This record gives sequence, C-alpha cells and structure tokens, in this order.
Amino acid sequence: MTATAEETRRRIEALWRMESPKLYAGLTRLVRDLGLAEELAQDALVAALERWPESGVPENPGAWLMTTAKHRAIDELRRDKLLVGKHEELARDVASGQEERSADLEARIERDLDEENLGDDLLRLIFTACHPVLSPEARVAMTLRLLGGLTTAEIARAFLVPEPTIAQRIVRAKKTLGEAQVPFEVPRGGERAARLASVLEVIYLIFNEGYAATAGDDWMRPELCEDALRLGRVLAELTPDEPEAQGLVALMEIQASRERARRGPTGEPILLLEQDRSRWDQLLIRRGLAALDRAEALGGARGPYALQAALAACHARARTAADTDWARIAGLYGALGEVAPSPIVELNRAIALAMLFGPEAGLKLVDALKDDPALASYHLLPSVRGDFLTKLGRFDEARAELERAAALTQNARERALLLARAAACGEAASPSGT
Amino acid sequence: MRFMMIVKANKLSEAGALPSEAALAAMGKYNEELQKAGVLLDLSGLKPTSKGARVKYAGGKATVVDGPFSEAKELVAGYWIIQVKSKEEAIEWAKRIPFEATSPAGEATEVEVRPFYELEDFAPGPAVESAKERAKKLPANAGPHRG
Repeated sequence: MTATAEETRRRIEALWRMESPKLYAGLTRLVRDLGLAEELAQDALVAALERWPESGVPENPGAWLMTTAKHRAIDELRRDKLLVGKHEELARDVASGQEERSADLEARIERDLDEENLGDDLLRLIFTACHPVLSPEARVAMTLRLLGGLTTAEIARAFLVPEPTIAQRIVRAKKTLGEAQVPFEVPRGGERAARLASVLEVIYLIFNEGYAATAGDDWMRPELCEDALRLGRVLAELTPDEPEAQGLVALMEIQASRERARRGPTGEPILLLEQDRSRWDQLLIRRGLAALDRAEALGGARGPYALQAALAACHARARTAADTDWARIAGLYGALGEVAPSPIVELNRAIALAMLFGPEAGLKLVDALKDDPALASYHLLPSVRGDFLTKLGRFDEARAELERAAALTQNARERALLLARAAACGEAASPSGT
Repeated sequence: MRFMMIVKANKLSEAGALPSEAALAAMGKYNEELQKAGVLLDLSGLKPTSKGARVKYAGGKATVVDGPFSEAKELVAGYWIIQVKSKEEAIEWAKRIPFEATSPAGEATEVEVRPFYELEDFAPGPAVESAKERAKKLPANAGPHRG
C-alpha cells in the first residue's frame, strides 16, 4: 500500500504540529537564536516535504526532523566560520571569541538532544514567546506558531486578519526579541511571577478570542478554544507547582464544557442561566474540577484564575440554574475584586447579589458603576442594567439600555440577541393593539 | 476534534493477567507523553469479558449472555480519548502506543481510531431537536462521565 502525495502531505502536517514545538525549543537552545532556529526547523520541514512523498515517512519522524535540522545548523556554522575567515581583518577582534563559541556550539549540536532537557526547553520557549517586550498580539501569534504548531495562514484565519499581517507580526517579534537580547531561559526569582502572568494572559487571550469572538459573525471559534486548552495543559504539565497554571486550565476546561450549550440551532448565543445543562460536557467539567483541586492544594485558592475557576465551578456543580449558590458566587467575586480589582468584577458581583436579594439591590450597585470610565463603552453594563430594569417592569428604560448595549457590542450574534430583548421590552411597554 | 483510540483485547488481557512491570512502565511513559502534549482527555482499561455480560435484543426480548467471549480481536480492552487537530494526528498518536511491550510475543494487537460526533456534524432539523428534547429529560449528570 503506498500513500498518495496528498495523504503524505496531510501526515506531514500532523507530524509538524506534534514535533515543531520540540524542534523550535531544542534548536533555540542549541543556536541561541530564535530566528535562526526557526529557519533551521523550516528547512527540515521543506526537506521532509521533498523527500517523504518519495521515500516514505521514516520510522521516527521527530528524530529525522531534528537530525536534519542539526545538520543544517552545522552547515550554517561552517559557512559562518568561512565568512569569518574571508573577512579576517574585519573579524579579527571577534575571531577568537567566535572560534571558541563555534567549537562549543558544534559539540553541543553533535550531542543528542536530551529528552530530559526537552521540558525545560519548551518552557523557555513559552516564556520567550510571551515576553513582555512584545505586544499582546505578537505574543499570541508567536505562541500559536511556535508552541501551538499552527501555520501563519491558520493563525490569520483564526483571527480574521490577512496572512501577511500575521507574517509581519512574527518577523517583527523575532527582531524585537533579538534586539532586546532576550535570553532563552526560564525566569527565576522575583521576575518569574510577572513573566508567568504574561504567559497565562496570552493563553487566556487565545481562549477568549475563541470563546467569545470579539468580532465577526460567529459567536464562537471553538478551534481557538481547543488550541488554548492544549497550550494551557502543556504549561500546567511543565509547571506542576504553579497554582495559577492549574487555575487557568481549570477555568478553561469548565468554560469549554458549555460550548455545546451556549449556541442555539441557528448559532445564536444562549446565556448561562438559560442553557440546557444536560448538554454541558461532564468530562471537561470533571477535568476542570480536578485542576481546580490541584490549584487549591498548591495553596492557590486566592489566585485570580483559581477564583474565576471556582466561580465557573459553582455553575458547573449546580444541577439547575435555580440551584446556583449565589451567596458563594457573590463572595468569590468579592475576593476576586480584592486581588484583581475591576469594575467588571463589581458588575458581576452586582448580578450575583441581584439573584440573592432582587433586581433592586443589583440596580443600586450597577448605578454606582455607571460613570466608571473603564465601562463607558462596555456593552455588558447597559445589558445588565437593562436586565434589572426589565425585571422591575420599567420597560421603557430597559429598552433604551438594551439598545445602547446592542450599539456597543462588536459581535453580530450578540447584537441580534440584545435587539430582540429590546424589542420584547418595547412590546411589554405598549402591548400590541394599543 | 476528539478521537477515541480503542484498544482490542488479546490473550493476556482476556486472561485478566495484570501487565508486567515493563509493560506498565512503557504505557506509563506513553500516557505521560500524551499528557505533556496536552492532548489526553481520558483513559481507562476494562476488565476481561469473563467479568462482564452481553445483553442481546431481538424481537422485543432481552437475553443475557455471560462472558467470556471468544473473538478476542473484536473485544474492547480499553481506550484513550484524545483531542487533536486532525485524523492524521490521531493516527500518529495511535502508532506510538508501545504495544511491543504490552502484547504477548508474536500476537498481533489492534487499536481502532474513531472520531467523536461534533456539534457541527448535526444540521439543525426535527430529529436533532427531538433528540435534544430527550436529552433534556435525562438527569444533568447522566452519561459515561458522571460526577
């Protein structure tokens, strides 16, 4: 049985997704240059695409790719030496240093890449791709490409931007990392917490772009959620002692468990309390609760991601919407507001308190937030206000708020839902026939 | 996309023999690899069919047949659930299962790779709606992953 060229191409694509993060990570450690490492890895991919359709896929494709890339690295190095030789006068100052460095490098390249080191290399790669010297957009693109194994085209499609934009972003990011001389290492000491926060933020950004698409016609792009979950699980494995990495995984697993329930038959969004809970994915919920247990066992119950996961867990544990433990939810939002103060957290606390004590109580809290500049263009504020006003029977005011929310959201599906609720308020305010 | 890698039974698994130290170590390493790659969702092993039974339905009647059952290659001995990007990727993972360490020498072992139905597989229609209605009547925690 021989595979067709197309079958082999698809196989290579799959293998690339599995192996490329290891290649990038191992090679960057070897040559100390992310840009060069990426070129070497890409060369190996090109070689595979050329040879495998003819020769068949080797027994251990990962090792083949790594060996090929290492040989390219040695070639590159020899050419470099040659260059140094040719421009001897010019290079005199650096020659001895270069010579030493090259010999060292060649020895390291010849040595097999140790499996033991792989985890460390991957972790270094994650920290480098998410380095704060890069813009959030660049961090997202670098992380998806280097660690998620996505192609530039796939990243562009996921974020609905033209492919050259992403390609440019990646080129610039590598340049920035080079110019800033960002070392290929796992940060230690005081720096580690802030750098880890940056990594977690990037992964959650990717998840959220998939979970609540900020733009476009689709309410969700589940593939991005899966990419983020995979990255989060990888990170949690690499940093088993970091409670917030566990907390983030817990949060994403539980949120993803609702994927099937949060869209109606025509793709319209369905709000949490109205979802059919039998459609929640119990496997993901179980995984999320286990991750939350780990975060708490590590002493991280008060971390922002663990707190958000605990909130998601409250909903996951309630068999029906009416069973929701709103007192616990209000308390968790209170705790979250202490560690990560935000008017959005306060808005959510207002929703929980309204569930406990009625819409009047919620409205009072929300009105206190009305003039917060951070919420000026945030559609959920008028949306929530509109909801409280509807429950209080103040339909005219409710309609105005819901229409305001509709005008503020960027998501077409959500806008339609808000406008429908506004129209319902309009009808309630002036029943048909009058 | 989710896939189930279904491991078929062999003489050892059907005899209820516990895996050797070496087999356990090899499988442990493989499972760890799946986990480190962020693709493993769930896994379990099943006891031999001698501990189970079949319920056959015909003509509105149910008949119970106790195990063991003979056709080892058709029997399920365990499974992994993985989340990957493509069928090709699932197959690559299946190829890496260290069966040489776990199956009896000379005996062929098989693993079946099957995709899960995803939401996108169902076009909205009356049958889907009625299935959803039925699903609503089940307790919230029903299903293979209780709790």
